[in-house]
This record gives sequence, C-alpha cells and structure tokens, in this order.
Amino acid sequence: MPGMHMPKAAAQPGKAVAANTVAIKNFAFAPAAVTVRVGTTVTWTNTDEEPHTVSATSGPFHSGALINGATYRYTFTKPGQYQYLCTIHPFMHGNVVVTQ
Amino acid sequence: MTAPGDGVPGPEGMTRRQLLRHSAWFGGAVVLAVSGGEVLSHVVGSADSIPANAALRFVQVSDSHIGFRGPANTDVSGSFSDAIEQVNGLAHRPDFVMHTGDLTHLATPAQFEQVKQMMTGLKTGHVFTVPGEHDSIDDAGQKYRRALGAGSRGDGWYSFDIQGVHFIALVNTLNLRKLGHLGEDQIDFVRKDMAGLAADTPIVVFSHIPLFALYPNWGWGTDDATRVLALLRRFSSVTCLNGHIHQLFTKIEGNVTFHSATTTAYPLPRPGRAPAPVPVTLPAGKLRHALGIREVGYVKGRHALAVRDQSLG
Repeated sequence: MPGMHMPKAAAQPGKAVAANTVAIKNFAFAPAAVTVRVGTTVTWTNTDEEPHTVSATSGPFHSGALINGATYRYTFTKPGQYQYLCTIHPFMHGNVVVTQ
Repeated sequence: MTAPGDGVPGPEGMTRRQLLRHSAWFGGAVVLAVSGGEVLSHVVGSADSIPANAALRFVQVSDSHIGFRGPANTDVSGSFSDAIEQVNGLAHRPDFVMHTGDLTHLATPAQFEQVKQMMTGLKTGHVFTVPGEHDSIDDAGQKYRRALGAGSRGDGWYSFDIQGVHFIALVNTLNLRKLGHLGEDQIDFVRKDMAGLAADTPIVVFSHIPLFALYPNWGWGTDDATRVLALLRRFSSVTCLNGHIHQLFTKIEGNVTFHSATTTAYPLPRPGRAPAPVPVTLPAGKLRHALGIREVGYVKGRHALAVRDQSLG
C-alpha cells in the first residue's frame, strides 16, 4: 500500500513468505505459509522420524506417506490459495499462495 | 486436584477405593490434570475381574503399527505376536477380538497382508477391525477397505449383535481437518441403526480416535462425536472403546464410559507433556509394561461391562 510501511513478510509469523521449499519438522510445516508464482515447483522434505503427508484439503496434490528424509514436489500451474495438512497428524496445517 | 474420598465418587464417578484398585495396574497411580485441554482428570486402566458367568467376552487390541521402525520399538511384529499369544493364553477364549486401528504404520499392501496373516493366529470366534489414520493415509481408506473392509458399509463402518449387546464399529479417520471426523453419512447410519433398539440394550462403540475431547491440540478428539453421543443418550449403558493415544485412559460422562486402550507397539507422551505426540523410547526392559491387551466381559442384567487391562510385561 503506497505511503505505508510494510514489514518484511518473513518477519511476521503466520504470513506467507516467498519460498519454494518447506521443511516438515517437529510436527509442523516450516514455513507454514509460502507464496510462489505460477509454474513454481514447491518441495517438501520430512525431517521428522515419524511419517507425514502433504495433502491438499480440497485440491490436487496428495503426497502419500513421506518417511524420514523423503521429499515431495508439486508444480503449481494455477493461481490461488492451496491449503493442506498432514492426514496422519491433521493438526499440522500449511498454505501455498500462488500468484500470477 | 483433590483425590476423591472413600465412598465419595470423584470427577470420574469413581470412589477412592475403586481408584486405588484401578491404579494397581500399569505401574501405579496416575491421576492427571491436563492443562489447556478439556480433560481435567483421569484414571488409568481398569482391573475389573471378568465374572465367571460372563455371557460374552471379547478382547480389544490396538495400534500394532506393523511396519514401524524406530528406537521406541525395534520389533513391533514381535510385540504384536506376544500380544496375540497373550490373548490365546487367556483363561477363556474370547468370542471375538477387535483391533481398534493403526494396524499398520504406513498402510502399504505388504503391511496389511502381514497384520492380516498375524491375526489369523488369534484363537477366537471372529476378528473385527476399525481403521486408524495410519491405515488410511491419503487415500480415504481405500487400501484398508480392500484388505479388511469386507462386509462393512459406507466407508467401512458396521454394527453387529452378540448375546444381546449391540456393537457399533465407527470410522473416524477420514476427511480430517484437525480432529477425528465421522461425517453425515455415518451419523445417519448410527441414527437408523439405533432406531429399533430398546433403551436397556447395552451399547458398545468402537472407534480409533477417542469420541471425547481428550487433547484437541494433538487431534485427540472427534469433531462431530457429540452428535452420535446424543443419539446414545437414551441408552442405560454405553461403552466407547478406542485406541490412538497409546495409553490407558478412562472417563465416565453420564451414561457413557470411555476407555482408551494402550498399544502393542510403542507409547506416546501423556497429553500435553511433550511438544508433539512423538513415540517415546523407554529405558531398556520397560517397554513391555507400557504395551498390553484388554479383556472385556458382559454379564446379562448387569449395567456396566467389566474391563480388564493387562500389560505384556
């Protein structure tokens, strides 16, 4: 917004940050919300000993079980908000914002 | 919290004497207040004796997590085998065995095949199952139903009657948003299923995730369970048996008694006592004491079911 000081998104917990990698660590997605441009491939890596999934709540991507060290990649071809969770631990939530 | 006095029911409806009797199992007294969760207190484990004249006996096992690899239990197949041996060694052969979910760790066809094969060794009239979230990873339970869903309805739920007791097996590990979830179709099934039953029919409900808000921050609850519990309110005796939390937990609420079973694989932290529900590695030799099986008995005309938890160690 013109004339208004906006802090960097990365400094605000919960705000989407520009990033195309997400760590799954300590039963959380980090960062929990990322913003990418259309055509970007986002990579999730599970660093927990427990398995997790990256599963869109009403969208097109479903990683299946990711064991320790496993990665999952998805290329976002349409703009929009993509919410996802781990179906094994559904209190773990994440969000991808895809812009033009 | 204060301990309930002799003869005076505590928050769980238990007297101090009952509390002490229950506490004799699974390593001593555990009365726990959960801060930040809905549960204020609980009593761990049940050590009722199963009456000799029980008309019906069944066993609950849970959370075998076949396929798990980790320091918390380096041989989950071995401990599940031990649990099966313990069931087979009971003084009375159970009418059936119910596995309340997380049979497998990663829901692979090989893990389902292994656990099915192992359960054929149970000496019992019938083996029933409900899925856990580990059995329905990212596929809405399709692989589970292919392996173990024969005869079930909808997404895997069903009911049956034995010796005048009505049993309902629910699926609350699909379409999750944070907590367990039953969904409209299943609630409708329960409504129709209960419709013709007399109010004095003993009801037993099986599910993987607890049907009460045990610790929502870790997903230990079911978001629409109150709608099913409302349908059960008119019955004089309702017993809900679940797994998922890998530890014993008993709660009495009105006409409903909830019993969470322990696991045959590995313990999880007490609710809220760790940053996340990560498998707990116990000191050498202690694991078997945290694992176990549950025997349940029903005597005709008696209000409550007898529940006896036994550790593997």
